Amino acid sequence: MKSLIHTMLAIVIACGLLAFVAAKLDATNAAGGKDTLVVYNWGEYIDPSLIDQFEEETGISVIYETYDSNEAMLTKIRQGGSAYDVVVPSEYTIETMIEEDLLIEIDHSKLPNLQNIDPYFLDLPFDPKNKYSIPYFWGTVGVVYNPKDIPEHITFDSWDDLWDPALKNKVFLVDGAREVIGLGLNSLGYSLNSRDDNELKEALEKLKKLNGNVKAIIGDEITPLMINNEATVAVTFSGQAADMMFENEELNYAVPSEGSNLWFDNMVIPKTSLNVEGAHQFINFMLNAEVASQNTDYVGYAIPNKAAWELLDDEVVNDERFYPREESRTNLEVYENLGLELLGTYNEYFLEFKMSLQ
Amino acid sequence: MKFKSKGAFLPYLLWIALFVIAPIGLVLYYSMLNLNGEFTLGNYKNFFTSAYLAMTLTSFWYAFLITFFTLIISYPTAYLLTKTKHKHLWLMLIIIPSWINLLLKTYAFIGIFGLYGPVNAIMNLLGFDPTQILFTDFSFVFVAVYIFIPFMIIPIFNALDKMNPSLIYASRDLGASPLTTFRRVIVPLTIQGVKSGIQVTFIPALSLFMITRLIAGNKVITLGTAIEQQFLVAQNWGMGSTIAVFLILIMFAIMVFTRTKKKGGRA
Repeated sequence: MKSLIHTMLAIVIACGLLAFVAAKLDATNAAGGKDTLVVYNWGEYIDPSLIDQFEEETGISVIYETYDSNEAMLTKIRQGGSAYDVVVPSEYTIETMIEEDLLIEIDHSKLPNLQNIDPYFLDLPFDPKNKYSIPYFWGTVGVVYNPKDIPEHITFDSWDDLWDPALKNKVFLVDGAREVIGLGLNSLGYSLNSRDDNELKEALEKLKKLNGNVKAIIGDEITPLMINNEATVAVTFSGQAADMMFENEELNYAVPSEGSNLWFDNMVIPKTSLNVEGAHQFINFMLNAEVASQNTDYVGYAIPNKAAWELLDDEVVNDERFYPREESRTNLEVYENLGLELLGTYNEYFLEFKMSLQ
Repeated sequence: MKFKSKGAFLPYLLWIALFVIAPIGLVLYYSMLNLNGEFTLGNYKNFFTSAYLAMTLTSFWYAFLITFFTLIISYPTAYLLTKTKHKHLWLMLIIIPSWINLLLKTYAFIGIFGLYGPVNAIMNLLGFDPTQILFTDFSFVFVAVYIFIPFMIIPIFNALDKMNPSLIYASRDLGASPLTTFRRVIVPLTIQGVKSGIQVTFIPALSLFMITRLIAGNKVITLGTAIEQQFLVAQNWGMGSTIAVFLILIMFAIMVFTRTKKKGGRA
């Protein structure tokens, strides 16, 4: 009997300790309130010195956390228990969050700097009138490549260049179902939001012919490989391409003319926020022209802030690879929220594509 | 007396119910739900009609390769270890790397196998052209084998170490050749260690997923990759659970296949 009591006691003590630690952890997690602001953003997606500047200007102390996928972020917000005040999801995730009633409406009167944003990036279909979200960065999906290592006739003006036999074992793809199936659809002239199963199957069949050319399908690991000249051609996001080109000047970036993805990351205030006032202050701060231009210098993605364009180098803003002109944006499409069923189909076809690779 | 022994089991029973039976039950339950949370067997139908069946086979094939090479390397290593003077020190040295985080070791291999990494530098010295070793079947199996070797060596080492050496002398005295001694005496006496080694290698190898992306560049797809994608990207918990159910079934089959037979000792 004694040993039983001891065991029980040990378990109770262990549970107590765990509960205490959990409560402690929760406390740091939910430390939101009047003088703190919890910002939840993508990794490497803000100039850290701007956070210090914001803290100095407002007296609000910022807790900064990062995520690496919209889905991971969404799961965390859905489950509650967090106290995030500002989050930066991509457009199709914003649509989902609005549908699921996870966001607070943004009070535009508290954002005098909103006028700095180019009107092209406002009032978009995923969030009409910007009721819930304010533009942060935008960009495209394209091909980053090293012109030295491939024949001259390959310029990636067309997605079909990826199928060129000269690129045997040289092509790296980003590990995303929407991006890869999307480029297959685009190369056939279809919309990358296609809901037609025949079109998707056709795209899959075409992608399977990439077999000999694809070296690997990976994520962020591609950046060091491109920088060190270990990889030659990579389908990736424009901002990541900008990072690589900053480190390795031999590289070039192209968005194929058949069309590609145009994406936006916007700032939103989730319902979990405990400091809505501070969240507005933070968003307004990020919209400030000087702040935005400094942030662009650091992050490397394209900024939708036209007041910041004046402050940035002409070389940056006039680089059509990263700031495509409005007329050439007509072939670019924004991801629509396809719904889970269709997203599942995209993913299944993507898996099938991966399995066909040897 | 009886009450006491029953009561002592209570914490374990609670533990098993909470952390073994309940999760398996939940996986089974979720596997029968579709995206709208309705009850269906559609996920199972999907499993048999789509790419998942082929994926199960490739997973199986790679897990087999990994286990096979791990065993081929580990058995002689364990045998030689038992012959060394400071065998426990050597064993320790082999085990220590397994304390390092798996992901960290995997990232290290990206550098080692890289075009400008040490392996290619040596190849270059020997007069070969540098080749990209990463993102091939070879690199995948190599890294996986490297990771599993300590787990295979430990049970085999223990089995060999426990073996009574006089049995080997007896076998030799009775005129058996070294090969016969190995086949008829050493192998039967250590087969339990080999079986445990296969269990701890084959089963995790079936569901490896980070290495498939970092080292094999997603050209090798295992059931683990598919489960990860269904839960995190497609957010289809039903399908993810269905694949998990099949993974559990396969693991169960492996356990039965490599189970300890009661009638041993016929050596």
